[in-house]
Amino acid sequence: MTTATEPGTLSAAQLLDLYEEMAVIRRTEKAIQDLFLAGFVKGTTHLAAGHEAVAVGASAALRDDDYVFATYRGHHHAIARGATPEECLAELMSRATGVCKAKGGSMHLTKAESHMLGSYAIIGAHLPMAAGAAWSAMLRGTEQVAVAFFGDGATNIGPFHEALNLAAVWKLPVIFVCENNLYMEYTPIASVTAVPNPAADRASAYGLTGEIIDGNDVQVVYDAVLQAARRARAGEGPSVIEARTYRHYGHSRTDPAKYRPEEEVAEWMARDPLTLARDRLTALGVAGEEIDRVDSRARQLVSEAVDAAKAAPEADPAEALTDVWADGSATWRT
Amino acid sequence: MADVTTGNGAVTYRESVAEGIAREMRRDPTVVCLGEDIGAAEGVFKTTVGLFKEFGGRRVWDTPISEQAIVGAAMGAAMTGLRPVAEIMFSDFLACCWEHLAVEIPKVRYMTGGQVTVPLVVRTANGGGLGFGAQHSQAVENWAFTVPGLKIAAPSTPADVVGMMASAIRSDDPVVFFEHKGLFASKGAPAPPDHVVPLGQARIARGGDDLTLVALASTVPTALAAAERLAGEGISAEVVDLRSLIPLDMRTVLASLERTSRLMIVEENPYQGGWGGTVASIVADEGFELLDAPIRRVASECVPLPFADRLEDEVIPTVDRVTDAVRRLASY
Ligand SMILES: Cc1ncc(C[n+]2csc(CCOP(=O)(O)OP(=O)(O)O)c2C)c(N)n1
Ligand SMILES: [Mg+2]
Repeated sequence: MTTATEPGTLSAAQLLDLYEEMAVIRRTEKAIQDLFLAGFVKGTTHLAAGHEAVAVGASAALRDDDYVFATYRGHHHAIARGATPEECLAELMSRATGVCKAKGGSMHLTKAESHMLGSYAIIGAHLPMAAGAAWSAMLRGTEQVAVAFFGDGATNIGPFHEALNLAAVWKLPVIFVCENNLYMEYTPIASVTAVPNPAADRASAYGLTGEIIDGNDVQVVYDAVLQAARRARAGEGPSVIEARTYRHYGHSRTDPAKYRPEEEVAEWMARDPLTLARDRLTALGVAGEEIDRVDSRARQLVSEAVDAAKAAPEADPAEALTDVWADGSATWRT
Repeated sequence: MADVTTGNGAVTYRESVAEGIAREMRRDPTVVCLGEDIGAAEGVFKTTVGLFKEFGGRRVWDTPISEQAIVGAAMGAAMTGLRPVAEIMFSDFLACCWEHLAVEIPKVRYMTGGQVTVPLVVRTANGGGLGFGAQHSQAVENWAFTVPGLKIAAPSTPADVVGMMASAIRSDDPVVFFEHKGLFASKGAPAPPDHVVPLGQARIARGGDDLTLVALASTVPTALAAAERLAGEGISAEVVDLRSLIPLDMRTVLASLERTSRLMIVEENPYQGGWGGTVASIVADEGFELLDAPIRRVASECVPLPFADRLEDEVIPTVDRVTDAVRRLASY
């Protein structure tokens, strides 16, 4: 995983690595949309195209053993924390090789072996869990940090407030990262929230400072999370980061997102996190061809992942009755 | 109550809760407690007496009134190497964290394809009989019973409290541990050292030949008292204490019916959606030939719990109601 020691000091090589991760996520999301429309992906999807810099920038600033909790819009976090596009695509296509054995689906991508502890589909539920993981790290003295990523919509539900208060009172090493994409499902967050900055403006109620950052700039996200993680490891308690970003697709499935003004969409599309990273790379002297090579490598990786996932066997029906209990069984009676 | 031992050395159900937790905390440094008023105040029901003193603030944590944060944090901690024991003061308040208890904790292992385990215990004071009124008296064990992925313990004696607490805390699966409010003051033989009662093992609380009374938690002493009365009338009732609802020990129930051929289920949760419905359906499916009479259920009436004792007695199964019902079943 890419790491730099000081804010603002990502080298060209490091930034190029992050660019590649973002390109892989972008390609994966595009592939998922195509596979959904072609009937390969059942149920629903919540694509994170447009949010890549939040996941990749944050992940790069974390230790490998830090804990990450995400939402149903979590493909980018799973991949940023080590799940492969192939096992994610296989999961979405109901294959036996899926990262959750096809028992989770798009909304529950999880990669526990790399401490990505799940994607949760009930708004706000995972913020207390992240606080609990941070509490556990504190008690075990491991200096691990836990991060909860959540949407702007989550700031209006109880567990957000309970988690921030508990984390503040117990001085937990947890970072709350709001991916503010300006909308909940179809409703602008501003029209249902009493303060302009849904996460950051609430932080002060819990004695915390809320930082508002450009969530489309991977360097900026990296810096903010690096600082927050340092504070957490130093015993200085939780942080609230509100990363402003925008989704490129609709809320889910085939939502055309017609409720968003055209000028707003155009403005944010011009600030695509991949474009911003490309600009930074160019400024650092990286040649356009080199970035293009990385782009085509990402495209190639994802296209191979799609083929492999398609070729994988369907989920095994016997799996439906396993994994309820820790002994692997689903037995509930004698 | 027939199940009360009054001899020397008898302990209360209430002190056995703290004793059970303390034994596990001594044995395993990853066991930590959290809940409202459980630390220096030692719990509103005094079920955590001595824990804060012995283990200190790094093992016993007072929380804000934040049921979702309590249970949600317990879940996060359980996924990352601790064995949290969370207290929800009254089981009615499980509704405040039902999201975590019903939708997160029991599902996360399954929906991740077995990637994570959630070894936690949620303890809670359950049930009526103390006149706390409609919002502090419900027997809600059937709420948990409707959710695949939760283990459910509901001990009826002080020794079982200790032995089942050991199993619950050592379990790698999430356990909802119902402590019955009406039993806190009851006494019984203390648990021997290293006492462990596996979850899913019912106990024959009293042997009998004429019919089987299946009971849980508070209805165990009720059933035992009824059986005692009926013995004087020449009716020999066997009382099975289920001890836990999940795993559900149907083998013991069916084995008892092989001898008695008559089944009555005594449950404190409402008839409507009560756990006895599942016990009855399994017996109808798998034990039909064993039966000489219809299966009967004595459960709470399908109303909110009223406040006055005389009204509460109309709703919750009492020794009188159980005794009457048994007489009718025995003569069927
Ligand atoms: C408790 C709860 N209420 C409602 C929903 C339905 N729902 C799913 S996504 C969503 C919008 C969430 O918006 P936000 O938190 O901003 O996240 P985003 O989808 O924008 O990433 C809603 C209302 C839910 N999943 N959980
Ligand atoms: Mg949103």
